[in-house]
Amino acid sequence: MAKKTIRNIPQERTAMPVQEPKARVRNFSEVALGYSLAEALNEAERCIMCPQEPCVKGCPVEIDIPGFIQKICDQNFRGAYDVITDTNLLPAICGRVCPQESQCEQVCIVGDHLEPVAVGRLERFVGDMAVAEGWSNEPDIEPNGRRVAIVGAGPAGIACAADMAKAGCEVVIYEALHRPGGVLSYGIPEFRLPNEIVDDEFGKVIELGVKVECNTLVGRLFTIEQLREKMGFDAVFIGTGAGYPTFMGIPGESLNGVLSANEFLTRCNLMQAGEFPYKDTPLHMGRKVAVIGSGNTAMDAMRVSLRLEAEEVHCLYRRSRAESPARAEEVDHAEEEGVIFHWLTAPVEILDDGNNNVRALRCIRMELGEPDDSGRRRPVAIEGSEYEFEADMVIYAIGTNANPIIGQTSNLELNKWGYIEANEQQRTSIAGVFAGGDIVTGAATVILAMGAGRRAARSMKAYLGILDPVEMAVSDPERPRIFGIDARQRNYRRVRVAA
Amino acid sequence: MYEIVAREDFSDSTFLLEVKYPLLAKAARPGQFVIVMSNADGERIPLTIADFSPERGTVTLVIQAVGKTTMEMQRRCIVGSALYAMVGPMGKPSEISKMGKVACVGGGLGVAPVYPQARAFKQNGAYVIGIVGFRSRDLIFWQRKFEDVCDELIICTDDGSAGIKGLVTDGIAMAVDKHPDIDEVIAIGPPVMMKFCAEATRARDIKTTVSLNPIMVDGTGMCGGCRVSVGGEMRFCCVDGPDFDGHQVDFDELMRRLTRFREDERAALERWQRNPGCRLEQEPTASE
Ligand SMILES: Cc1cc2nc3c(=O)[nH]c(=O)nc-3n(C[C@H](O)[C@H](O)[C@H](O)COP(=O)(O)OP(=O)(O)OC[C@H]3O[C@@H](n4cnc5c(N)ncnc54)[C@H](O)[C@@H]3O)c2cc1C
Ligand SMILES: Cc1cc2nc3c(=O)[nH]c(=O)nc-3n(C[C@H](O)[C@H](O)[C@H](O)COP(=O)(O)OP(=O)(O)OC[C@H]3O[C@@H](n4cnc5c(N)ncnc54)[C@H](O)[C@@H]3O)c2cc1C
Ligand code: SF4
Ligand code: SF4
Ligand code: FES
Repeated sequence: MAKKTIRNIPQERTAMPVQEPKARVRNFSEVALGYSLAEALNEAERCIMCPQEPCVKGCPVEIDIPGFIQKICDQNFRGAYDVITDTNLLPAICGRVCPQESQCEQVCIVGDHLEPVAVGRLERFVGDMAVAEGWSNEPDIEPNGRRVAIVGAGPAGIACAADMAKAGCEVVIYEALHRPGGVLSYGIPEFRLPNEIVDDEFGKVIELGVKVECNTLVGRLFTIEQLREKMGFDAVFIGTGAGYPTFMGIPGESLNGVLSANEFLTRCNLMQAGEFPYKDTPLHMGRKVAVIGSGNTAMDAMRVSLRLEAEEVHCLYRRSRAESPARAEEVDHAEEEGVIFHWLTAPVEILDDGNNNVRALRCIRMELGEPDDSGRRRPVAIEGSEYEFEADMVIYAIGTNANPIIGQTSNLELNKWGYIEANEQQRTSIAGVFAGGDIVTGAATVILAMGAGRRAARSMKAYLGILDPVEMAVSDPERPRIFGIDARQRNYRRVRVAA
Repeated sequence: MYEIVAREDFSDSTFLLEVKYPLLAKAARPGQFVIVMSNADGERIPLTIADFSPERGTVTLVIQAVGKTTMEMQRRCIVGSALYAMVGPMGKPSEISKMGKVACVGGGLGVAPVYPQARAFKQNGAYVIGIVGFRSRDLIFWQRKFEDVCDELIICTDDGSAGIKGLVTDGIAMAVDKHPDIDEVIAIGPPVMMKFCAEATRARDIKTTVSLNPIMVDGTGMCGGCRVSVGGEMRFCCVDGPDFDGHQVDFDELMRRLTRFREDERAALERWQRNPGCRLEQEPTASE
């Protein structure tokens, strides 16, 4: 075949089939339906296999992107899955929720002239096929007698657990909620990330022999120090996330009908309040919902509100659309579904109806002034522009802070915002205790949390001295990278479960 | 897991469950609570740890059947059955300070959870005055347990059928008249009771600690549903509490927030009472 160049590849990025906005706002099924085989093959042809492969550096876990796309072109899908899972255990999840446009796809060479290769969609295609076909890549694990405890079953914890299990450690994950997954379970709604995908991809990690103990609040039931000193764990990883919601401190926040996006989403996703009274957790959905903030969390809260039959859903954001931290695709989806955006608008007070319920918001209009520290133009209130805005439910989606429980109950060093101090190797101030994900960096992304979990696993192995080389049985000798770890760290091998 | 090993019914609405969970029994401290789910589709409800025994490896909960979940538990939680989930201990343990003289006040539901505090103070060498309130004589429970750890026990009943006739605030008035040197009052019970206890001690400036019970979901600081105002500041009860300085708490706000789901709670209860046996009545996507 002739070498692919920017001129001879399909010029148009293959569109992703989606549910029509009118239909989808009435159900919780997935919005983006995923590529068909033909669509995936067509999109795979658009990768020119450029030797510089900048996309790989753009991916936080450095998936061998041209490698797996080549396998798709060859119609060797199982091979594509093997290449991806060398570095990323959760392709069906990341393919859906990664902010690809600012990572792998942002730097794609094709993107210099045309729309970039849809790496995320291709990754999802492969992940979904693995789910459908029941593929999993379980290495042949030789137990090494070491015990590792993981605190928090979010993406960071799961990634660390998987690597340590593959290295032969006995791994126990402790999770406070009754379901593993972290934000993937309680936060991101079904129509963006179906629970069965989370269950399936997490299930593969559990199949590695990882034990998950839910309903276990570490810090209170036992402390980090006790894990190390009394419970016989050789190393500990903390991935407890940054799920401590913030409010603005304006009058009226205690009114009934005001809640955090975390509470709203937890009631809906984890507790399935949408099925009340068949399920026991209530929500008391509003008719006219105002969501404050414009990040991914806000988009999720708004789109869930629509699906729970709110009559109107409004987004109030103090900056403009250009500064909105949500993925552009999410804002578009929300808009198509009927969310009404009010840019450059901030609430200053929440007003009650005389019965302790929300009746309205008092808002003020903003304009953009000088750039602030983050480089974004700072919103400034326009004097005298206040007005009342009717709403009976107010959802705060303005960010989260570090969860304080581990900090309160251990001697770990924290930074001034309460996040756990960890160095580039994810080591904390206590020997043998590592941390990563949102609890170290503040709210970030799934793939960054996973990357941190895997980095922690690498330093944990160094700390435990378990880099004993076992011969690698590489199925594809051209690509000797195994699970993204360089050849000097040959401490496990890839073995096919079923050919 | 979470097996119910003993049950006792104090009245037609109040019952005790003793749940096996050795690790939790060892970790629990007075003032802490657990979150319980009775079944996979159930609500997460917070319950104070009313007693714990590291020797027996059990945690004791005293529950008042007030709505759908607690009534269903009253009907279903028999010895030998198990809870779907129990997580804890949650919240900061109470500070059992080295006080000379303390009054431990429990009203209604608060009677059970104030017991471990009374016991802890006693073990710390304090002079402990127990003040417990019930509606009438036949609802009284744990009198012996309290007598064992209190130097004085004042029982108050609404109808005067036992102890003094009156509310626990009358008991507090009696106690502070007799002992002007009381250092601290611990009050646990319905918000309105705690509010009046705090009022009763404000004039004399006696330190008063209350245990708040806002609506919770996760109990781990993740949802902010349990926020309360203390001294004008927002605090999350599940991680910053549940104990707070009673003189600083905005009880009226707490009481207003407890009515958040009143309509839904009533509807759920009525629906359940119509057919308490079947939880999947009309369930569109039955998956059990
Ligand atoms: C609504 C929402 C939408 C998002 N959308 C996206 C998206 O589209 N794409 C994307 O890349 N990112 C998205 N994110 C961000 C992403 O989900 C997070 O960055 C990521 O989940 C962080 O992973 P983590 O493992 O650090 O923590 P988490 O996912 O928060 O998991 C932490 C886990 O630890 C548990 N835990 C906490 N404390 C304890 C304790 N003391 N003991 C035991 N367990 C404990 C928690 O219950 C939780 O399960 C979104 C976030 C939210 C809230
Ligand atoms: C820290 C704490 C400790 C508690 N300790 C005890 C205890 O030891 N014994 C006991 O019987 N009760 C205790 N409660 C209250 C108990 O959680 C509620 O009675 C229970 O949730 C009611 O559920 P339901 O479905 O039966 O009733 P519902 O009809 O749902 O509610 C009845 C009332 O209970 C309150 N309530 C409802 N849902 C919740 C919730 N998720 N969290 C908190 N309150 C809620 C509301 O005020 C509501 O009006 C405690 C609450 C808290 C926050
Ligand atoms: S994990 Fe995310 S950044 Fe990496 S290749 Fe996949 S979509 Fe791109
Ligand atoms: S940068 Fe784009 S074209 Fe180059 S290898 Fe990566 S995906 Fe293919
Ligand atoms: S119960 Fe959710 S933060 Fe306290």
